[in-house]
Amino acid sequence: MSATDFPRAEGRRFWEGWRHTIGGHRGLLIAIAIFAVMFAVYGWKQPVGLTSNIINTAANKGVLLALVAMAQTVPVLTGGLDLSVGMVFVFTNCLAASVVVGGGVQTAAGIVAVLAAGSTCGLINGLIVVYGRLQPIIATLATGAIYFGIALILRPDPGGSVDPDFADFMTRSTWGIPSSIILVIAVVVLIWIPYRRSVLGRAAYAIGSSEQAAYMSGVPIARAKVLAYVLSGVLAAIGGILLTCITYSGEARAALGGDYTLNSIAAVVIGGTSLFGGAGSAIGSIFGAFVMRTVGDLLFVFDMDPLWQPLFVGVVLLLAVSTGSLRLLRIRNKLDLYR
Amino acid sequence: MKNITQMLKIDRPTLIAFLCVIVLLLLGALYSPNFLSADYLLKQLQVASFLGVIASGLMLVILLGHIDLSIPWTISIGGMMATASAGFFGPQIGVPLAIPFGIVCGLAVGLVNGFGVAYLRAPSMIFTLGVNAVAQGLMVIHTGGFAPQDHATDATIELAAGHLIPGVANSVIAWFVVGLATVFVLSRTGLGRRIYAIGNRERAVFLSGVNTRRVVLTCFAISGACAGAGGVLLAGYANRSYQAMGDAYLLPAIAAVVLGGTSVMGGKGRYLGTVVGVILITILQSILSVLQPQALLAELGMKLPAESVRQIIFGIVIVGMLLLYGREKAIR
Repeated sequence: MSATDFPRAEGRRFWEGWRHTIGGHRGLLIAIAIFAVMFAVYGWKQPVGLTSNIINTAANKGVLLALVAMAQTVPVLTGGLDLSVGMVFVFTNCLAASVVVGGGVQTAAGIVAVLAAGSTCGLINGLIVVYGRLQPIIATLATGAIYFGIALILRPDPGGSVDPDFADFMTRSTWGIPSSIILVIAVVVLIWIPYRRSVLGRAAYAIGSSEQAAYMSGVPIARAKVLAYVLSGVLAAIGGILLTCITYSGEARAALGGDYTLNSIAAVVIGGTSLFGGAGSAIGSIFGAFVMRTVGDLLFVFDMDPLWQPLFVGVVLLLAVSTGSLRLLRIRNKLDLYR
Repeated sequence: MKNITQMLKIDRPTLIAFLCVIVLLLLGALYSPNFLSADYLLKQLQVASFLGVIASGLMLVILLGHIDLSIPWTISIGGMMATASAGFFGPQIGVPLAIPFGIVCGLAVGLVNGFGVAYLRAPSMIFTLGVNAVAQGLMVIHTGGFAPQDHATDATIELAAGHLIPGVANSVIAWFVVGLATVFVLSRTGLGRRIYAIGNRERAVFLSGVNTRRVVLTCFAISGACAGAGGVLLAGYANRSYQAMGDAYLLPAIAAVVLGGTSVMGGKGRYLGTVVGVILITILQSILSVLQPQALLAELGMKLPAESVRQIIFGIVIVGMLLLYGREKAIR
């Protein structure tokens, strides 16, 4: 190798590295791009422009779904699924409307209690899936019914209250930055990134890629899976607390939980996480959630007949999940279609 | 246990589920002897028939290792299209066409599902979810824009609630026919063998020269048609159709199939199990609403809303029963 070749080879390796990085995050980047375009169009069509009030409202709505979508992401990465996230979200909303009151220490204790309740729900899911060896889809469908039942006990009728100072702090925006955005960034920095880099976080990805291979390599499968569901419960509980702050009340409505569960799965897929597990990230799901919420806002500013909105949202969802089929065009061997 | 199951040629899940049905009925009988009367049992069979028809189609899809989450709004489409048929085609043609039209609309939804899963290779869980949202959107436009007829035609009511055989509702006969057809397909036809084979390993079936995509498409189409038919029956039973009529059927339908011993991963399960699963779910729901466990708890000083207790017990029973026999093999 001559001296003149060296820098070129180095440069190529540099670009190879970048291509690899970009390729690895393709889903995330696409989700960010779609969201940026959609939000720009929204801001442009919005008659009063993007005032801080409008951004704040959009952020609150988006972050609610983003938290539930992050909660959904972690079990999905392990190759599982949590159909109870929406119900944990509703349950913690009802609980928070009773215990996050009183101000100061009492409010803080209430928040801890709600997070503990959420993680307990996740722990139950995890234990049933791991040690009960039930299919996650059916196990969490059943536990979801249980959590909804408990939510109904807590709050047979909509109502309750929340510490007004805390609620105001969580939902206002400071210098144009909504608190909810800060919340979601905090969740990423304090929960997601440490988790992603921990042994059990990497184990979650390994299990999603191939549980058999992970087992053979000595990956702590049981602990990693249980932790994934616990984390899911905690994240859903954070969402539940934020919902309480936004609505100032708790409501046990089955349709609300179902809606959030379904939208969370859609957000996960749009955010580039594979439903088969092993690839993707919770950050992608955040933007997936923002995309889902902006669709609704766009319909509003474009004055679409409210009657047609559900159909339109459905079609967007269907198109989003069908984009994965573009990979079929690149398949050389027909056998790759089948698992 | 093993000897008994071998002797009766019934697999273990079916037997356990069947024993649970008996235990539930005996529990009910302690409360009121009516639970063992023919009247009550035939009534429950009628209620079970709606779930049974829906679960029959869903079972085929689950046997493939897929799932159909579009069931709720496919049911609604079936019911609402059956009642709106007279408005679409005029009373002369529309009234006799009501029942087939509802089923065909369900079939159409199923075809879309099948196309997405089989040919676009989208994961069934998310694709059927999207189709469910689209179906909901269509029905919202349908009710909002056209103020459609929502009363069931006489033939539909007769199908769901009439009695050709004294005491036995016609919907039970309908379920019997659907069930016979399913058993025939699963155990006596090439399609049935292919369904089980695909549930085990689609790749191998493809390599053996089977057009697996067509099989998947067919199963989703049948599932859609069954859900549509279930919607028609429900519309006949309630005399009318409404938007969220299918919402309460997704969890029970999946639970019935899975409690009957069909593996969610596909490839394993028998129709008899699904029948027992459907009856188990129906009896459980009925007993929970008649016995009113919340009344017992209220005596202990806990006032709970009825629905909450029902949901919790329902969830616990499903998890508990699956822990008895629905466990996967440990990874080794």
